[in-house]
Amino acid sequence: MRNRALRLSASARGGLGLLGLAGFFGIWTACSVTGLVSATFLPDPVSVIARLITLLDNPYAGYTLPEHLTASFFRYGSGLLLATGIGLPLGLLMGWFRLIDDIITPVFDGLRFIAPLAWVPFAALWFGTGLGGPVLIIFTGAFPPVLIGAYRGARLIDPQLVEAARMLGTPHHRMLTEILLPDAVPSIVSGLRVAAGLGWQSLIGAELIVVSSGVGYMMVQAQSAVSTRTVMAGIIAVGLVGSAIDFLLRLGEGAVRQRYGVLGPSK
Amino acid sequence: MSEIEFNKVRRVYNASARVTVAVDDVSLTIADKEFVAIVGPSGCGKTTCLRMAAGFDFPSSGTVQVGNRAVRGPGPDRAVVFQHFALFPWMTVSANIMLGLRNAKVPRDEAEQRVVKVLELMNLQGSENAFPHQLSGGMQQRVAIARAYVLDPEVLLMDEPFGALDAQTRVVMQEELVRLARVNPRTVLFITHAVEEAVYLADRVVVMTRGPGKIKTIIPVKPIRESEAWDRKERIEDVMTEPSFVRLRTEIWRLLREEQKAPN
Repeated sequence: MRNRALRLSASARGGLGLLGLAGFFGIWTACSVTGLVSATFLPDPVSVIARLITLLDNPYAGYTLPEHLTASFFRYGSGLLLATGIGLPLGLLMGWFRLIDDIITPVFDGLRFIAPLAWVPFAALWFGTGLGGPVLIIFTGAFPPVLIGAYRGARLIDPQLVEAARMLGTPHHRMLTEILLPDAVPSIVSGLRVAAGLGWQSLIGAELIVVSSGVGYMMVQAQSAVSTRTVMAGIIAVGLVGSAIDFLLRLGEGAVRQRYGVLGPSK
Repeated sequence: MSEIEFNKVRRVYNASARVTVAVDDVSLTIADKEFVAIVGPSGCGKTTCLRMAAGFDFPSSGTVQVGNRAVRGPGPDRAVVFQHFALFPWMTVSANIMLGLRNAKVPRDEAEQRVVKVLELMNLQGSENAFPHQLSGGMQQRVAIARAYVLDPEVLLMDEPFGALDAQTRVVMQEELVRLARVNPRTVLFITHAVEEAVYLADRVVVMTRGPGKIKTIIPVKPIRESEAWDRKERIEDVMTEPSFVRLRTEIWRLLREEQKAPN
């Protein structure tokens, strides 16, 4: 419960957000311009943004920044799709059938605490450094939240809705698709949002190690060339794309919650 | 013909070495098109009785039959109206009402006609495309009743259907249910803890005792309602102030009060 006295209008809160951003860039600029930190250690914001703009149409490490981003995004999309394709049905089944839950949960709980990057050696060994390896790493990052979202959605269904559906003659094989899945949608969408964030983080990590294109790769190349401005430009691009993904999913989540009449902040 | 018949029904729950007798020795026959209300203190097993007729729960011993067939599971021949409506939040009002018809493979045209008719019957015109959460509690319960009625079930099982509604809405719904029962009589088992509601709606009122849940008394209301012509009064308050109504209500109240004093 937030303090009542601190409740502000939407525009005021937006203004505070801008204030925070301005403060962040202000401190950053102050540190680099005053020479408190040397330019190699911390390039100033203006030169980083200039660098970012240059990278938009000048190839670095083989490709322009948009091309790197496209390559990253393709791996990311594939990994996320795979995580959803397996995690969503499996989560629903685990939530619905106690037997499947009992078999899978111990394995899943053991595996989900392993950081995605820990899989890098095996990902590269098993699936190569092109598409397969990175996709596996994104998968290990995105899979748990997708599965947990679907599982929670299925597990927390109001038992009376199940009874109502059975009373109305819904056949067994359609309970999963017609009742359980739609009922779980708000929880699934929340899980997907978390998965999208974790997947994006895992991907950049993976690209630092395994591949020969993508934003992460570009940053590693820049690191070897001691081009801190390029590294920093890459970081900003990663952050912006991540925020954009989250923003879009947040809109989607909001629409779903409104449609379902789910009130309050997301769980 | 669709009677509901409870025959020496006992329901026992075993929870971690503690045995609870929820329902014991309940024998009750509800005739075809009869409206029976069960009243009793909370925890007296009245909802368990309804759940066994619905097929959500099963007797530990004894039998529950509907239309001379033992109840084996839930089905659209025994439509249930739940206290908390149990509408599907992702479906519009019409989709909620349509689900049972789709499951029964009723042809699309016919199904749509039946939905239109039931929407009219329950005064829901104009809300077809709303989602449940956009409606008031009273409207949501209308949708739930429409969803049950559209299947044209022989038997209606209503589990404290107006318990979650405010007092004014409740009265309106009670009047509507009486109107509905006149236009479209069904075999009804109605669970409530509101005595006036039971006397106003039911042909017979069953009073249950607590711990274990047994039938204490069965009070016939229909003969009095007919001889005193309650049906000719349009408004619930006119019926509820009738001396004959007050007498019955008070009698049931006393029976329930005895239960509260009785040691378990």
